[in-house]
Amino acid sequence: MKYFRLIWANLLRAKRRTFLTVFSIAIALFLFCTLRTVITSFEASLRASEATRLVVRHGASLVFPLPLAYRERLVQVPGVNGVSYGNWFGGFYQDPKNQFAQFAMDVPTMFDLFPELVMPADQVQAFRSERTAAIIGKALAKKYGWKLGDQVPIIGTIFPGEWRFVVRGIYEGKTKDVDENTLFFHWDYLNESLPEGRKNQVGIYWIRVASPDLAADVSRRVDAMFENSPQPTKTETEKAFQAGFISMIGNIQLLLTIIGSAIVFAIMLVTVNTMMMAARERTTEIAVLKTLGYSDGLILRLVAGEALLVSLLGGLLGCGLAALVFHESDFTASGFFPNFRVLPETIVAGLLLAVLMGILSGIVPAVTAARLEVASALRKVA
Amino acid sequence: MESRNGNLVELRNVHKVYFRDRIEVPVLQGIDLTIREGEFVALMGPSGSGKSTLLNLIAGIDSPTDGEVRVAGESLGTLKPGKLAAWRARHIGFIFQLYNLIPVLTAYQNVELPLLLTKLSAKERKKRVLKVLGLVGLEARAKHFPRQLSGGEEQRVAIARAIVADPTLLVADEPTGDLDAKNAAEILTLLQRLHAELEKTILMVTHDPHAAERAEKTLHLDKGVLQP
Amino acid sequence: MAVPLAYNLRNLFARKVSTTLTALGIGLVSWVFIFTLALAGGFQSALQKTGSHENAIVVRSGSTAELTSIIPREAAAAIESQPEIARAPDGTPLATHELVVLWNLERKNGTSTNVVVRGVTPKSFALRPRIRLVEGRMFRPGLEEVVVGRLANARIAHLAVGDRIKLAGRAWSVVGVFDAQGTSFDSEIWGDVELFMPVFDRPVYQSVTFRLDDPSHFGAIQKRLESDPRMSVQVKHEDDFYAAQSATLAGLLRGLGLFVTLIMALGAVFGALNTMYAAVGARAKEIGTLLALGFSRGAILTSFLIESVLLATLGGLLGCLLALPVNGITTSTTNFASFSEIAFRFEVTPSMLLSGMIFAAVMGALGGWFPSRNAARRVIVEALRQA
Repeated sequence: MKYFRLIWANLLRAKRRTFLTVFSIAIALFLFCTLRTVITSFEASLRASEATRLVVRHGASLVFPLPLAYRERLVQVPGVNGVSYGNWFGGFYQDPKNQFAQFAMDVPTMFDLFPELVMPADQVQAFRSERTAAIIGKALAKKYGWKLGDQVPIIGTIFPGEWRFVVRGIYEGKTKDVDENTLFFHWDYLNESLPEGRKNQVGIYWIRVASPDLAADVSRRVDAMFENSPQPTKTETEKAFQAGFISMIGNIQLLLTIIGSAIVFAIMLVTVNTMMMAARERTTEIAVLKTLGYSDGLILRLVAGEALLVSLLGGLLGCGLAALVFHESDFTASGFFPNFRVLPETIVAGLLLAVLMGILSGIVPAVTAARLEVASALRKVA
Repeated sequence: MESRNGNLVELRNVHKVYFRDRIEVPVLQGIDLTIREGEFVALMGPSGSGKSTLLNLIAGIDSPTDGEVRVAGESLGTLKPGKLAAWRARHIGFIFQLYNLIPVLTAYQNVELPLLLTKLSAKERKKRVLKVLGLVGLEARAKHFPRQLSGGEEQRVAIARAIVADPTLLVADEPTGDLDAKNAAEILTLLQRLHAELEKTILMVTHDPHAAERAEKTLHLDKGVLQP
Repeated sequence: MAVPLAYNLRNLFARKVSTTLTALGIGLVSWVFIFTLALAGGFQSALQKTGSHENAIVVRSGSTAELTSIIPREAAAAIESQPEIARAPDGTPLATHELVVLWNLERKNGTSTNVVVRGVTPKSFALRPRIRLVEGRMFRPGLEEVVVGRLANARIAHLAVGDRIKLAGRAWSVVGVFDAQGTSFDSEIWGDVELFMPVFDRPVYQSVTFRLDDPSHFGAIQKRLESDPRMSVQVKHEDDFYAAQSATLAGLLRGLGLFVTLIMALGAVFGALNTMYAAVGARAKEIGTLLALGFSRGAILTSFLIESVLLATLGGLLGCLLALPVNGITTSTTNFASFSEIAFRFEVTPSMLLSGMIFAAVMGALGGWFPSRNAARRVIVEALRQA
């Protein structure tokens, strides 16, 4: 629009000040995107969950196992068309700090129940046919530099000792939200190595239902089936299961929101101050524009437009930087955030926030300029 | 544009009072004034006499405490602020003592400012800007910033800005007050040309009698009262 | 000759709005700094205070948390018969064997969490003398009664004295609440270990804890037990053991906090830069006058630098004041190291407040350096010409 040059020229008037302001807004938005991404990466598992997959675990807590015998009964539940199972292994590689997920899985059924694990057929075959074989996610392979054929020793914490696996497959996730930081190996291999008293115990069962609307019914039916047995179950959709994990983190989301708000507010104060300083220097000019016939409303829009432009520039810079920095990075904070990437929704939210900041910080200077009395302003000069 | 009896400016019993820390300071007292179309009028008076205030009232950037101000057929007191601004854009060209060019804009862009308020296309605007810059002899300096121009050149750009929208009335507040004798003379010659060739109506406030000589007629203001 | 401090102070107060906004901005950064330190510190402190250095805890070798540890009865008996263990007044060893399971319960706000349910003996209380009963009474051995920690009582649903809670298919009466001084035990449910074992179908203990008769004997008993072929265990000081569980999450919280604060500080420094540059610009005439009067350029630089630091410190003070109410706020999370609920309180320490003030002052110095140099370098004649 034709007034753009006027607005732009005003920004260039005090280059250093504009630069500093744009940068502080960029910083605020960079932090906003980062904090928001902490929350969205927690929720990645929610986005990746399948609507037809249910999780069956011990009713008391994940800590207690379920009998292997349950498998036969689960297969026969009406509406169920697939059953698999696995145990959380919970070990580490070399140093307790190197933690990532390891699961002992029932290999014959796992690929049926988890179609989002994409792997070439020959690797699937190699994995199936070798007892000590393991498959690892692409991101995990990249992090530790593991290749096909490598021997990976894992120190167990729940199942003590050093366990050796051979990498026979590297899987990819079907979508970006699927976690690629897990190691899967044979459940049978784990089971046969355990002492008698601990054999044939399953950590989690996964069952697939024919359609999502059967989920609630099947869950109820399964739990009713085992209600009075020594190992009662709790069955829920995978999404609910993952959500339960996330809620265990408790108030962290609230805390991050508090911090994020403090940041945005602090930077806004800085920006308002800058805008007001800039406005104070321009009273004469604004008076002149008014003598030329620029109306109060137009002046208000011009000053507000300046604030908006500065904020938008800062927003683009900050959000863009966040997207770039975390784009292909390995940042996982030692396994806490397997999938730390900035979602498009986060960037849009950031830009909207920048616009809001622009509007709020521009209000006072814009209204002041609009209300400026020409005659008195001119009198001050000459 | 409507005018009665060829009168462009009519002031009837105009009073203006300022308040400084609750003390009333009367600046203009019972002013009756008429300026006809096409006149070049100088307004003289010692400092503090209220000349600038009178100018501001006529230009519509201030309003009287009492009395009526009619310019170009409009009674300014009846116009709402938005309408007044639009009126000003159309009818008034203001020339200041300290030029008041916007330092971050080039000469061209400064002159273009009043035209941005119109519906003219960029091409049309360019035509007019270059025309008036040519008129004041500064076409070659169109792309220069005010800080790159001398005082006299800045004032000429300011004059170009004041006439680019073809206003009904030019008001100049001490246009030569900050210039040396040579530049002052050039500016006054330019104003005379605008009056003679373009038939512009000009009201010029000045305390310099040499400047006032260049006008057709001189009014005297003392202590807020027009001398007969 | 130095420029009088009053000059700076008056100028700060003359531009009230600008001063306030900048100080508030810096203050908020200080606040976030202290906030995250208090969060991480509170979490870590809860766990660190949990153990005592005079106690030793024995868990299965390789286990980082009690949850994954297994100590059979015979091994526990063997451990408790060691000579280095202190004696209780009645002559028996001051040692206890405990069972630890997690139970999925709901917090009062509806979210779910895993609460530690610990089977204890009377010696468990003797070993942790800071734990006191504050409401109700102790559970009676052999009966389906439990006592709960203060924070568990406050934050988990249905754990008030008189409530009945369903564990392992049985209903247990909550008969008392104990105060464990903000340690992780405050988030736990305690009952009779001998009764828990058959009910939870756990024929083994998770840990053995004892008091050393002499702290210097730790090494000896550790070596003997860890090399004993009948059991595979590790022996640690109780406080080290619990402290280690907090390391990862505390480190993560601190790391995040530091990351956020440093970047935010950069933004605040930019704000301070803007303010100070504007101040210097507006006061060019004064600077010219001061220089003309004979003040040295060094004095001018110092003066503006001090002004900036003063402004920032004011902000830091504000940040500290705002941080004080945060102290003591309770929150909770799941410590992934032990997979269990831990409630803790934000801990604002004097050293954190001091750090916050120093941090603010540093931001002020950084934001004031270049503008101060700018002020000191002004050419006198030009400065005086300012309108």
